[in-house]
Amino acid sequence: MSKSLKYLFTGFIFGIVLTKSEAVSWYRIYEMFQFQSFHMYGIIMVAIATGVVGLQIIKRKQLKTHKGEPIQIADKEKGSFRYWIGGLLFGFGWALVGACPGPIFILIGAGFFPVLVILIGALAGTFLYGLIKDKLPH
Amino acid sequence: MDFLFHTWPWYVSGFLIGAIMLTLNYFGKVFGMSSNLRTLCTIAGADRFADFFRFDWKSQGWNLLVLLGAMIGGFVAVNYMSHPSNVTISQQTVKQLEKMGIDAPNGKLLPEALFGNSVFESPKMLLILVIGGILIGFGSRYAGGCTSGHAIAGMSNLQRQSLKAVIGFFVGGLVMSYFIMPLIFQS
Repeated sequence: MSKSLKYLFTGFIFGIVLTKSEAVSWYRIYEMFQFQSFHMYGIIMVAIATGVVGLQIIKRKQLKTHKGEPIQIADKEKGSFRYWIGGLLFGFGWALVGACPGPIFILIGAGFFPVLVILIGALAGTFLYGLIKDKLPH
Repeated sequence: MDFLFHTWPWYVSGFLIGAIMLTLNYFGKVFGMSSNLRTLCTIAGADRFADFFRFDWKSQGWNLLVLLGAMIGGFVAVNYMSHPSNVTISQQTVKQLEKMGIDAPNGKLLPEALFGNSVFESPKMLLILVIGGILIGFGSRYAGGCTSGHAIAGMSNLQRQSLKAVIGFFVGGLVMSYFIMPLIFQS
């Protein structure tokens, strides 16, 4: 597959899966945080389980990328404060508007224009972080 | 083919999301949606204001393509693969939402109260959406990732840092859902 087409196609499947699993639904996120359904927990746990098994196979068999290079996944940077506090702030936003970054774009693509307001906020939040990054504890 | 139109079961969906992450690894990339927000800031000219945005955004072109594909996927799924039985949430959730003045799904992905076009006339709702967005954008960059980068990719790679972030996501989400949202949405 051509260079761009494979990413476009992977994204296309991602958009369909997230929509049809209803992980893009505000209702599903609210229901999850209220512990009133197993659905979202099931999705997240099966995704992680699939990823853990897949990555173990990749590591043990030393599988290569499509270009024949070793598959290497960098470790996350050391630190604690940024993960706890950044995570907490993200969680507030996720529960309130019921969308994380992937779904924000998927929903806009699907034609829910009020989600553009969330996107403007998310870009502003990202910009704000970039401005004050060096003053924050990480 | 009817099953494609109904809500996809969690075990199928979860497996496919894991497979998508692994596919990107196979292409030599790492799954993570929120870094696109940084790329978009750079494209919009944020590199004139902060070092954080000074990077070769074209190196993230592949991720923007994933994003564009996801938007098209969302369009196709909503317009050509919907079914009235979609978003059947628990009855208890529906009752709670009614008390908060939020309409029941009845097949819709998003509530009218928050995402109907009438929100453009409601300063309160617009403020909620903007603040939610700011928290998502700021929080995901501070934490170095979002649900895809930490909860899926990081946890799959057994990263302790990602576990901290994911605990943060859930603690934040629970506090918002149990303590703050009841104050915001009173009917």
